[in-house]
Amino acid sequence: MKIASRRSLVAGFVLLISLFGFAQEKPVALKGGKLLTVTHGVLENGVLLIQDGKIAAVGTAASVKIPKDARVIDVTGMTIYPGLIDSETHLGLIEISAENMTNDMVESSDEITPQMHVYDAFHAESELIPVTRLNGITNVIVAPDNADTLPGQDCFVQLSGQSATEMLLIRDIAMPLNFTGEQRRNESWDKRKFPSTRMGLAAQLRQAFLDAQRYAQDRADYEKKKSDTRSDKEEKGPPSPPKRDLKLEALLPYLDGKKSIVLAAEEASDLETAVNLANEFHLKFVLNHISHSQAVLDYVARLKVPVIVGPIYEDPKPDERYDAVYSLPAQLQKRGVQIAFASYSAHDSRNLPYQAGFATAFGLPYDEALKAITLNPAQIWGVADKLGSLDVGKTANIVVANGDPLDLKTDVKEVFIEGREIPMTSRQTRLRDQYSGH
Amino acid sequence: MLRLLRMSIPGVVAVLLVGVVTSTPQSNPHNNVLIKNAIVMTVTHGNVQGGSIYVKDGKIAAVGKDVTAPADVPVIDAGGKYLTPGIIDSHSHIALDDDVNEATSPITPHMMMIDAFDYQDKAIYRGLAGGVTTSLLLHGSANMIGGQAIVIKHKYGAGRDAMLFPNAPRSIKFASGENPKRVYGSKGEMPSTRMGNFAVQRAALVEAQDYMREWDTYDAKIKAGDKDAKQPKRDLKLDALADVLRGKLLVQIHCYRADEFITEMAMAKEFGYKVRAFHHALEAYKVPEKLAAENVGIATFADWWGFKNEAWDAIPWNAVLAMRKGVRVAIKSDSEDFARRLNQEAAKTMHYGGASEEEALKMITLNAAWIIGVDDRVGSIDVGKDADLVIWDGYPLSSYGVPNKVLIDGDVYFDRSLPKYGMPHYQEGQ
Repeated sequence: MKIASRRSLVAGFVLLISLFGFAQEKPVALKGGKLLTVTHGVLENGVLLIQDGKIAAVGTAASVKIPKDARVIDVTGMTIYPGLIDSETHLGLIEISAENMTNDMVESSDEITPQMHVYDAFHAESELIPVTRLNGITNVIVAPDNADTLPGQDCFVQLSGQSATEMLLIRDIAMPLNFTGEQRRNESWDKRKFPSTRMGLAAQLRQAFLDAQRYAQDRADYEKKKSDTRSDKEEKGPPSPPKRDLKLEALLPYLDGKKSIVLAAEEASDLETAVNLANEFHLKFVLNHISHSQAVLDYVARLKVPVIVGPIYEDPKPDERYDAVYSLPAQLQKRGVQIAFASYSAHDSRNLPYQAGFATAFGLPYDEALKAITLNPAQIWGVADKLGSLDVGKTANIVVANGDPLDLKTDVKEVFIEGREIPMTSRQTRLRDQYSGH
Repeated sequence: MLRLLRMSIPGVVAVLLVGVVTSTPQSNPHNNVLIKNAIVMTVTHGNVQGGSIYVKDGKIAAVGKDVTAPADVPVIDAGGKYLTPGIIDSHSHIALDDDVNEATSPITPHMMMIDAFDYQDKAIYRGLAGGVTTSLLLHGSANMIGGQAIVIKHKYGAGRDAMLFPNAPRSIKFASGENPKRVYGSKGEMPSTRMGNFAVQRAALVEAQDYMREWDTYDAKIKAGDKDAKQPKRDLKLDALADVLRGKLLVQIHCYRADEFITEMAMAKEFGYKVRAFHHALEAYKVPEKLAAENVGIATFADWWGFKNEAWDAIPWNAVLAMRKGVRVAIKSDSEDFARRLNQEAAKTMHYGGASEEEALKMITLNAAWIIGVDDRVGSIDVGKDADLVIWDGYPLSSYGVPNKVLIDGDVYFDRSLPKYGMPHYQEGQ
């Protein structure tokens, strides 16, 4: 009992430190570890200096001068690497999968719902978030589920903060466009409704983008009229603005090419249909999944866009070799395609690094696998100036682990997010401790 | 004769099947082999560096550093790679062509998974390519008492009967908790609560007791020379339940919550049968001593959680915490996906809770074999056991381990270096 209360006191103190950022005031030096910098190789016996939430210095013990007031943490024998980035999760949108009241993953009442914003549902207090970051994942894309062709807009989230406001680093960062066949409404003949075929899905998408183009035109016309100083104003009265339409409005930044579509397809045929559709409207896009597009990887490479690949645990088709999907990341990387991994999950986001590790067993070079959960996603999501590698000036999202980040056996010992030590506890560690007599 | 009549039809089928399997001569000339130059992970007696295994007639004849074999025995040079026993999946629903649940009544012990066995399902191949050599194919969890399982070896391409594990004990699937109450409750039927679940189960077992008494009375009359005694009506469902009460079936219970383990074990005591294992068993860490005391095993997930209410208290330390208190722990797939990489799932127990290499490996080999009741035949590299072996590229208990070759009964069924599917015995369209 005594021990328990002392532990909770310590835990409370740690929490306080984290809450008010006391840890930030003093620089922190992680000394003696093996640094996986991602951008400039591996540094044995390195020093990483954290100051004001940022990486202040990275180098060998000989080259980095540790300030006198720094808190020095001896991480000899440990491996230090940048916080991992999961390029598609549903974290904060689901708690218990089968419990509908905890499920805010997708608005399935309509196929075209770009006006859905993940930030409106994101649950910052989700028990899944501490579970995930205990395995070194610090940043994620939160996306709606793929039941709709246009299910809403993604957010780029940091897995630490006092509220959703702090954690939602980039709102509406991108918009999924799903064309995997699963968006059809044809579960049964009697429940079948439009769009029940891929033709229907494509026609509906095309109409939505046409409507949005027209909406943009109407708005432009209105603005033009409004600024028009000529005299017919008096005759016709002031121009009236077009009725505001949130659905069409949501599509405009994508039609303008200001933001990226995340274009999901599995089969080669769907992939080509979806790419043609995107090109028709000059949409900027990255590809997603493409698990069964092995036959057209050269075509994919020619598109010169990044691919969020996987999950590589997707079953191959019956006539495919057992490793047809496992080897996809290697096949893409070999063709010069920039890849990133995603868990496509909420509860299993913590297993992201193992997917990257497993892909190396099928030909993906180790450094590329590590990049595909750090620097590559940082670049794809436009945050490489802050995240994805151990470089001076970047945000101090840092993981300290007792070994290879991509291996299953590795245990993460400490996680820093913006230079703050994250409490290494979750609902799961509390249950563990409660029942194992700690 | 009387005994044969009394035996349930499934029992007769099983006997016939076994007869077929054992009376067919091994047509395969390759089941003598010497594997050299491997790091042999025996599971029972440590690792043998630079180890060899002599396989004779599909069985392990010798294992060690200095093993010799007759000159005409083919040799596989393992090239210093790791070698483990074949992985055993103690909870699978593959190769049943989606006929997993007869969800029309909560008590269906007379459903025989053999009747749904789709031996051409490519999931068997994909498991094989992941190093799985034996699987327990179970009925689903819609019913409090589901159907009877089959045990298969993943000899993809060898034909249906060759894939059945010879003389494997019979297992029956029970279930509890959310699934039965959801399935029947949603139809406005009993059970719709956990009270209903157990009431339905208890009522079925009481009915089986009555049925057994009826037969006992009849048997006694016949024995006493009563020629007019009327034979009771055979009832397949009650035959199967009677076999549960007679201890002829290994009872495998789908059960998540700690309180339900206790209730199920109490009911087993009340009716005089044994629980072999709780499957899923995500709350085993809450009552490990109670499970250990009854010698009940668990077949659990490594870290799957949160998919429903009764999986909300799942923690990835479950397997190791239970193991440390003496519970026999297996990691199983319950999924086509996990079945392809159970080695990775086992490795997670080294991460969460610090299982040793051998403890982790045991969870997907020997302990799983015990749950199925075939631990005297498979699950470790010991003389006399079936030569179900996996040679690995990379270290098997890591993100990087991938089967290079998989042997079943001494024969290579999967070889990663071969083109297309990598299966020497499989031809397209088979």
